Amino acid sequence: MTADTKFTGQTFKSVGTRPLRPDGIDKVTGRARYGADIDLPGQLVGSILRSPHPHAAIRSIDTSKAEALQGVKAVITSADLPDLTNGNSELFDILDNCMARTHVYYDGHAVAAVAAVDAVTARKALKLIKVDYEILPHVTDVDEAVAKGAPVLHRKCFTQGVEPKPRKPSNIARRSEFGHGDVEAGFAKADVIIERTFRTEQTHQGYIEPHACVASISPDGSGELWVCTQGHFVFRQHCAELLGMDVSKLRVTPTEIGGGFGGKTHVWAEPVALALSRKANRPVKLVMSRDEVFRASGPTSATSIDVRIGITKKGRITAGDATLRYTSGPYVGMWAELGAMTAFACYDMKNVRTVGLEVLVNRPKTTAYRAPSAPMAAFAVESVVDELAGRIGMDPVDLRIRNAAKKGTQSSYGPVYGPIGIGPTLQAAKEHPHMSAPLGKNQGRGMACGFWFNFGGQTCTDLNIAPDGTVALTVGTIDVGGARASLALVAAEELGIPYDQVRAVVGDTSTLGYNDMTDGSRGTFSSSMATIMSARNAITILKERAAKMWDIPVAKVAWEEGCAKAIGKKYGNLAPLSLAEIAAAAPNTGGPIAGHNELVADGAGVSFATHICDVEVDPETGRTQVVRYTVIQDAGKAVHPTYVEGQYQGGAAQGIGWALNEEYVYGEDGRLQNAGFLDYRIPVCSDLPMIDTQILEIPNPNHPYGIRGVGETSIVPPLAAIGNAVSNAFGVRMTHVPMSAPRILKALDEAEEASSTSTETA
Amino acid sequence: MTQLVNTNINGDTIGFACEADETLLDALRNRVGLKGVKEGCGTGDCGACSVILDGTLVCSCLVLGMEVEGRKVETVEGLSKGAELHTLQTKFIEHAALQCGICTPGFLMAAKALLKNNPDPTEEEIRYALAGNLCRCTGYDKIVRAVQATATELREA
Repeated sequence: MTADTKFTGQTFKSVGTRPLRPDGIDKVTGRARYGADIDLPGQLVGSILRSPHPHAAIRSIDTSKAEALQGVKAVITSADLPDLTNGNSELFDILDNCMARTHVYYDGHAVAAVAAVDAVTARKALKLIKVDYEILPHVTDVDEAVAKGAPVLHRKCFTQGVEPKPRKPSNIARRSEFGHGDVEAGFAKADVIIERTFRTEQTHQGYIEPHACVASISPDGSGELWVCTQGHFVFRQHCAELLGMDVSKLRVTPTEIGGGFGGKTHVWAEPVALALSRKANRPVKLVMSRDEVFRASGPTSATSIDVRIGITKKGRITAGDATLRYTSGPYVGMWAELGAMTAFACYDMKNVRTVGLEVLVNRPKTTAYRAPSAPMAAFAVESVVDELAGRIGMDPVDLRIRNAAKKGTQSSYGPVYGPIGIGPTLQAAKEHPHMSAPLGKNQGRGMACGFWFNFGGQTCTDLNIAPDGTVALTVGTIDVGGARASLALVAAEELGIPYDQVRAVVGDTSTLGYNDMTDGSRGTFSSSMATIMSARNAITILKERAAKMWDIPVAKVAWEEGCAKAIGKKYGNLAPLSLAEIAAAAPNTGGPIAGHNELVADGAGVSFATHICDVEVDPETGRTQVVRYTVIQDAGKAVHPTYVEGQYQGGAAQGIGWALNEEYVYGEDGRLQNAGFLDYRIPVCSDLPMIDTQILEIPNPNHPYGIRGVGETSIVPPLAAIGNAVSNAFGVRMTHVPMSAPRILKALDEAEEASSTSTETA
Repeated sequence: MTQLVNTNINGDTIGFACEADETLLDALRNRVGLKGVKEGCGTGDCGACSVILDGTLVCSCLVLGMEVEGRKVETVEGLSKGAELHTLQTKFIEHAALQCGICTPGFLMAAKALLKNNPDPTEEEIRYALAGNLCRCTGYDKIVRAVQATATELREA
């Protein structure tokens, strides 16, 4: 990292204001083009045949009848996507997931695909494909998958990260461990130790736009792909590698994205659409149905987590230990690892150990979902922390303040923290009016904290000055939450011009250098860094051009308030040259004016939040409603505060849905039973209250403006905050998410039974 | 079998051909070219395809194209008058009531239908009127506020 990216503490004119977003009008008039809105001349309709079985060997596939159907232009199986992965196991898993080879591993796994003149013909053709399956035993439950005698998904799966290598294959694909100190010595110092096991069910990102793309491959080996994605450069890379194409010859254009939340970081249907197009020699449009999205894209992990925490009577945590089992679908992932890293990240702990186990099951391949893996770990740890507070009679906020990580703390996952926001968000929660507001009947209040790493990564940005002095900013990170507005604000700030003079767009893969995906809350953090550097590079050129126009040394030119100004006694009387004037003269001073930047955006500041939640539980039915909710989170610097609030509110709402209602339900037959929005019910408008937000700004020392990512942390605390609220309302500790009405009712009934039994015996 | 349908869409007389089992959603998107109507589920659960049919809010994925013969269909494309945006559209942008925007056309139509019947809705009435439209980005806070602001402005107009 260069010194240029250090925080300078400057004051802002544009950053921190709330102008209208550039994509607003297109989105309210129906003009914005999403994945399914793109059409090409001569386009065919693609459709995928999916396994109805959770686990089976494919004996044979007969496509002859489908191929013979009038209007069918291509039928493909794994034979049309040959293995070009060259020993790269991660890439092979992607290939195998896109189109099953020898086995199907989950209900919904793709086995064949067709391209036909219309959707009706494509559907008819799918029915004519005969797949001969040898059905194998399956396992979908996380605890059953690690139990003795469980069906093993892959006979070559020996747990990685264990020495010596296990002799028997199992469904535990990988083990990871983090921590420091002496955990058992820490527990020996504790006055109170609580140990509990928690479970969370699998949830889906639930973006409203299904995956959609249009693929077009030419016989000359070049191709184009229009797709809703969080990372078009990554999609280009994976698709080109899987199809054996030169990477630069595949041009990927991102459409507007109708929500992703991590779920559009991975290719599913895109390589299939490209293979169909290659075989048919025509463009192919492939749009997933909602059923396919649930069954065959990438939901988050189901988990089972053991947590043990020790504390002194005075409220100092002495040790923490957790074992986290996370499903990753049929392929190895890093989900338990992320859970293990984040579990205790909020706290300053001398003795801490976490173990993550990646568990293979016959469910779709797990993919990122907003702060992936952190909400489940936080549910377990924050529930126990609250319970400990109750046991020693200490206020749960005070207990957390007492143990909060701070600058200089060695985090539970390794690095030493710089300036961080966990303490300030807790202090703000303590002082927030929500904390002292009266509660009604059957209501309870809970709070919890959350952490997310944030990510930087490879970034590339172009800033072009148009002949009239307006500015075209081209970024390579997908705009998922208003980034085009934020980045235009940053360019305006740096150049000293009004926001309206800058237009930001997301470039395709042929117009910019490689960019990592919009994940890890990196979009605004990393692209703003590259935008600042691009603008500074442009200013250098603008000053040179002004010097030329004035015929003075460039050292005597300064850039202030959007103008070149001559400095010093000798030249100080020259009238400033505006950006527009310099741009207009460009043909005679050296040609077009632009600034570029390519960087690896290091130093993404870690992010912390504290949430406060009031719930009302109906003791007759167990139905639980969130009646008041407050999010307090550190943004580093909120570039566009309204859109930062939007991230806080949206993440909280997703967390509330996860906490109370959302879950994948598998039958005994291993098939997903609720693959639709009717039965997988995400929160609707009448389920939620207004969601209050408080933005704190603890500058990130590694960004010129102090910016931190803000997108993900808000989904981390709600599970535990709601669990703690239910506990505080009724004295029952909820250990299984979602805390759906039947589960809460059961807990209430059991508590009542226990108390009446104890009264009787007393 | 392909049928001809004559209807009125956003004030224009429009004819289109569609199959007997084709949904209004598919007909509007693929036959008429009105791609502001979005498909989120195809089963009437998400509201992204909401349109107003003879004054009533419907999911266009649950209506057949043939059913709109001789009737009046309103879609998001008909909300603004030329370059002049409908107050709902302006307020949605001003209040940041959209992020990804895929649900926005449906919400706008649902909000329009609500305010036509109830120009002064309570927060609860707004929340229940919009409960058939899913949004995964915003947590609904800013959507409710945009509808409240629209209602206030339209009443004062």
